[in-house]
Amino acid sequence: MTQAHGPAGAAPATVHGHAPTGFIRKYVFSLDHKVIGIQYYFLALTAVCIGMILSLAMRIHMVWPDASIPFFGAIKPEQYLTLMTMHGTIMVFFVLTTAPQSGFGNYFLPIQIGAPDMAFPTLNMLSFWTTFVSFAVMIAAFFVAGGAPLSGWTNYPTLSAIPMAGPGEGLGEDLWLISIALFCVASMMGALNFITTTLDLRAKGMTLMRMPLTCWSWFITAILGLLAFGVLLAGGILLLMDRNLGTSFFVPGGLVVSGVPVQHSGGSPLLWQHLFWFFGHPEVYIAILPGMGVASQLLSTFSRKPIFGYRAMVYAMMAIGILGFMVWGHHMFMSGMSPYSAFAFSFMTMAIGVPSAIKTFNWLGTMWKGKIRFTVPMLFAIGFVSLFVSGGLSGPFLAQPAIDIPLHDTYFVVAHFHLIMGVAAIFGIFAGTYYWFPKMYGRMMNDALGKIHFVMTFVGAYCIFMPMHYLGMAGNPRRYSQFTEVKYLAPLIPIHKFITYAAIITVSAQLIFLFNFFWSMKKGKTAAQNPWEATTLEWTTATPPPHDNFGGVTPVVYHGPYEYSVPGAEKDYIMQTDPTPVPAH
Amino acid sequence: MGLALLLIIWLITFLSSYFFVAHTWWPHAISASAPYIDHQWHLTFIAMGVVFIAAQVALGFVVWRYRDHGDAAKASYSHGNNKLELTWTVLTAILFLGLNAIGSPIWAAERFHSADTGAMKVEVTGLQFAWYFRYPGPDNKFGRTRPDLEDASLGGLSALGVDSADPAAKDDVVSGVLFLPVNREVDLTLRAQDVIHSFFVPAMRFKQDAVPGLMIHMHFRPEQTGDYEIACAELCGLGHYKMHGIMRVVSEQEYDQWLAAREADKQ
Amino acid sequence: MATLTPTLTVKQPKSRHGGGGDIPHYPGGGGGGGGRGDESPDYGERLRRCRLGLAVGIAPIVMLFVAFSSAYLVRQGLASWDLRTNSYINDWAPLRMPMLLLLINTCFLLLSSLTMEFARRHAARLAAIAPITAMPGIAADDESSFPWLGITVALGLGFLAGQVLAWRQMEARGLFLSSNPSSSFFYLLTGMHALHLLGGVIALSYAVVTVWLKRPPEARHIVVDVTAWYWHFMALLWLYIFALLIVAH
Repeated sequence: MTQAHGPAGAAPATVHGHAPTGFIRKYVFSLDHKVIGIQYYFLALTAVCIGMILSLAMRIHMVWPDASIPFFGAIKPEQYLTLMTMHGTIMVFFVLTTAPQSGFGNYFLPIQIGAPDMAFPTLNMLSFWTTFVSFAVMIAAFFVAGGAPLSGWTNYPTLSAIPMAGPGEGLGEDLWLISIALFCVASMMGALNFITTTLDLRAKGMTLMRMPLTCWSWFITAILGLLAFGVLLAGGILLLMDRNLGTSFFVPGGLVVSGVPVQHSGGSPLLWQHLFWFFGHPEVYIAILPGMGVASQLLSTFSRKPIFGYRAMVYAMMAIGILGFMVWGHHMFMSGMSPYSAFAFSFMTMAIGVPSAIKTFNWLGTMWKGKIRFTVPMLFAIGFVSLFVSGGLSGPFLAQPAIDIPLHDTYFVVAHFHLIMGVAAIFGIFAGTYYWFPKMYGRMMNDALGKIHFVMTFVGAYCIFMPMHYLGMAGNPRRYSQFTEVKYLAPLIPIHKFITYAAIITVSAQLIFLFNFFWSMKKGKTAAQNPWEATTLEWTTATPPPHDNFGGVTPVVYHGPYEYSVPGAEKDYIMQTDPTPVPAH
Repeated sequence: MGLALLLIIWLITFLSSYFFVAHTWWPHAISASAPYIDHQWHLTFIAMGVVFIAAQVALGFVVWRYRDHGDAAKASYSHGNNKLELTWTVLTAILFLGLNAIGSPIWAAERFHSADTGAMKVEVTGLQFAWYFRYPGPDNKFGRTRPDLEDASLGGLSALGVDSADPAAKDDVVSGVLFLPVNREVDLTLRAQDVIHSFFVPAMRFKQDAVPGLMIHMHFRPEQTGDYEIACAELCGLGHYKMHGIMRVVSEQEYDQWLAAREADKQ
Repeated sequence: MATLTPTLTVKQPKSRHGGGGDIPHYPGGGGGGGGRGDESPDYGERLRRCRLGLAVGIAPIVMLFVAFSSAYLVRQGLASWDLRTNSYINDWAPLRMPMLLLLINTCFLLLSSLTMEFARRHAARLAAIAPITAMPGIAADDESSFPWLGITVALGLGFLAGQVLAWRQMEARGLFLSSNPSSSFFYLLTGMHALHLLGGVIALSYAVVTVWLKRPPEARHIVVDVTAWYWHFMALLWLYIFALLIVAH
C-alpha cells in the first residue's frame, strides 16, 4: 500500500476542507466528484435499461406487428414511433453523453491529473441534478396526454412543430424540448468544469503531454460539448416558440395537416436541420471520443507497452474534434439543401476518416510486439477496436453524396451509427466499468462472468447490426413500424426476424453484467490497490480514494503515463509518480 | 483466450464479407444514372472491403500472436514510429479523398444541372400518407393550387387543392400511380403539404426529400418498363411505413393512350 | 468619489503597519495562504481559476447567440414556397424599433459597465490590503465603501425596465412576438439578452449580500471580479445585438 510522496505538498486551492457527514451531504447533494461521477453513472445505467427495453419492444413489433408484448400490450404504429423516438433520445443523451464523460470523466479526470476535485464542485453538483431533472422530464413525457413524441431523436419540423401532425406531438413534444434544453444547460456547466479543471488543476509535473489519453479525450469532448450544446439550445428555444408562441422559424405557409390549415408562414424546416446537425455531428464525437481514450489506455496497459504514437493520438483527437464541426451537412444531402454545399461537406467528411484511421493503426501498433493480458477490460477494448473498424468503414459510403442517394434513411445508416455508438461506445463504457470497478468499490468483478458477457455481447452485436447493412443495400427504409405494406420488403422479413432473435439474446446477456456489477459490489474478490499493474495516478490512491483523493499529499509526476516494459527497469511498469528515469522520447 | 478471440473475429469477418457478396442485395436498377452510382458503390465497396478484412484479420492475428506466454520476456518498448505514422496517414488520405474525387462528378451530373428542355413534367406531392402525381396536360402548365381547397378524402385534384378556376388546371391529371413512358427524361417537381416526406425509388437509385416550403426540381430517366415501388424515406408520422406508391414505366404508346384516356375522362 | 488610496485608521498605538504603498501580491500558486497559515485557501489561485471558468463559460453563451444570429440572417434572406400564394415569398418586413428608448437603455448599460469596473477595482483594493486590515485595530475608512455595486445593480435594473418599456412600445405599434419574423427575432434577441443580464443582476445582488454577510474581502473580490467580467460581456453582447438589429433589420 505505498503512496507516492512528493515534496511537502501545497494545500489545494479549492477549500477542500473536511469530508462531508450525513447521508444527504455525502450521497445526495455531494460536492465530491467521485460521488457525482457515480450518480451520473447510475443515471446512465437506469437510462440504458429503459432504452434497451424500448428497443426490444421495437424489434419484436417490427417482425410480429400484431403481437401483444408484455407490459406494452399491442403496439400501434404511432406507439412504435414513440418507442423509437425515446429509445434514440435516451440512448444518445442519457447514456452515451453521460456515462463515458460525466460518469467516468467526473470520477477519474481529477484523480488522473493529480487534483483533489473538480475546479467547481458546487457547479458539478448542480450539473448532475439538472441532468437528473432533465431525465425526469423526459420520462414524464410518456405519461402525459398524447404520450411521448414520435418525431425521432432528430425531431424535424414540421412533424415536430405542429401538434396536429401526430399523436404525442402535443404536450409530450414540449416536455421533450424542455428536457433537452435542461440537458444542454447541464452539459454546458459540466463542460466548463472539465475544461477549467484540465487547464488549471494539474499536479506538479503533469504537463498536458503527460496526461493519460483518457484525460485528453475528456478534455476535447468537453470542448466539443461547450461549443455544440448552445446551438441545440437555440434550436430548441426556437421550436418551443414556434409551437407555443405563434412564431414561424421553421414552419412555412399554406400547410394543411389532417385537414386543418396551419397558421404559420415563412419559416424553413431546413433551418432546424442545420441547427440540429451543427450540434448533432459533434455530439456523435462526444459519444465516441471518451471510448477512444479508454481503449487507448487499456490497450497500452494490457499489452504492457507504451501507446504507439502518443502525440499522433492527441493530434488525431483534436483533428476529429475540429473537423467534427465542419461536416454536419452530410446528414442533409437529401434534404433539399444546395447540392454545391454537399460537395464541401462530403470532402470534409472523407477527411475526418483520416484521423480515425490513424487511431486505429496506432491501436494495432500498440498491441504489436506486446505482451497481451486477456483481462475482461482488455477484451472489451479489443472489441472496441473491431467494432470501431466495422462501424467506421460504412462511413465513407454515406459520406459520398452519390452513394448516399440510395442509402440515406435506410438500414445502412442504422447499421453504421449503431455499430459505432450503440456498440463500440458501449464497449468503451463496459471496458471502463470492468477496469475501474476495483478502484471505485475495492472489489474485482467476477472474471468468468465478464468473459461470458463479452463473448455474448460481441457476437450478439455483430449478429444484430451486420445484417442491417444488407437491408440498407436492398432499400429497406428506416423508422418503419412494420414491413407489411411495402412489397419489396417482404423477402427481407426473415432477416429482420434473425436480428430480433439476436437482439433478444444479446439484451438478455446484459443481465449477466448487471448481476456481476451489483453482486461484486458486495461479494467480489477484494481488490489490491493496483490490481492491473497500471501506471496512472488513480492507482496510487487508496481504494476507494479518500475525499480529497490523495490523502492530503499532492502527487508529483515525473513522466508520461505509458511507461511499460522499460528496458532495464525492475518491473514491467513504472508509475507516473515514480522518479525512476525513463528513456527520452 | 487469444486463439478464441482470433477465431471469433476472423469468423465474424468471413461471414459478414460472405453475405455481402453471396447475395445480390441491390434491387435491379433501371435508371440512366444507376450504372454510375452502382459503379461508385462497387469501387468504394472493394476499397473498404479490403481495409475491413485487413484490419480485422490483423487485429485477430495480433491478439493471438502477442499474447502473454507467462514468461519473463518483456514487451517491446516503443513509443511509435513517425515515419510509419506519416506513411499510413498519407495513404489513408489519398484513399479517402481519392474516392471522394472520383465520386464527385457523379453527384454533379445528378444534381447540378436541371432537366433537359424536352423533359416531361410531373409534379410529385407527398402528404400524410400518400403520394399524388400530377401531369400538366397539353398546355404543359400546372394549374394553381390553394391549401383551403385541399380535401384528401376526395382524392385526385381535390387532394392537391387544385383550383378549377385557373384555366391552366383544366387539363391537369392527377394519378395515384406514377405512369411514365420509358426512355424519356422526367422533370420532377417535389412538394409536401404537411410535413417532410422523401420520394425514394430504389430501382432508380433515386431519393429526394419533399419539404414543405420548397418546390424541388429533380430529374431522372427510366430505361426499362415495369412496375417499381416507391417508398417514403423520411419519418412523416404514424403512417410512414405504409406511404408507398407505384411507378409504372410503360412504352411511349401505352403512356400516350393512358394520358389521353385520363384527359377524356375529365370532359 | 473614493480616494485611490484608502485611508487606514490606526486604532491602537502598538500596531505595526501603515496603509498605502504598493499593493501586495497574492501568494503564488502552489503556496498556502501566505502569512495567514496553511488552513486558508489560496485566493490568488482561486481568482485565476474562477476567471478561467468564466471565460470558458462565456463560450457557450456566445454559441447560443451565434446560432440565433445565423438563424436571423438565414430567415431574413429566406424565400419559402407559400402554398397559399403558390409563389416564393420573402415575408421579411423591416422593423421600426423604438430607437431613442433603445439608445437610452444602451447608455444605462454602458454606464453600469463603468460603475461595475469601479466596483471591481474597489473590491480588488480591499482584497489587496486585507492582510493589513485583518490585523486587530486597523480599519479602512468608510469613504472607501462607496456603493458602486449598488449603483450598478440599479443601472442594470434600469436597463431591464427600459427594455420592458421598449417591448411595450413595440406592442403599442402592433408588433408582437408572432407578428412577423423580424419582430420575432427582435423579441427573441433582446429577451434572451435580458434573461442573461438578469442572471448577472442576481449575481451582483449576491455580491452585495456578501458584504452584509461579512465574507472575507478576498472572497468578495472573487465574486465581484467574476461578475464584473460577465457584466462587461453582457454590455458587449448588447452592443452586438443592437448593431445586428440596426444593420440587418
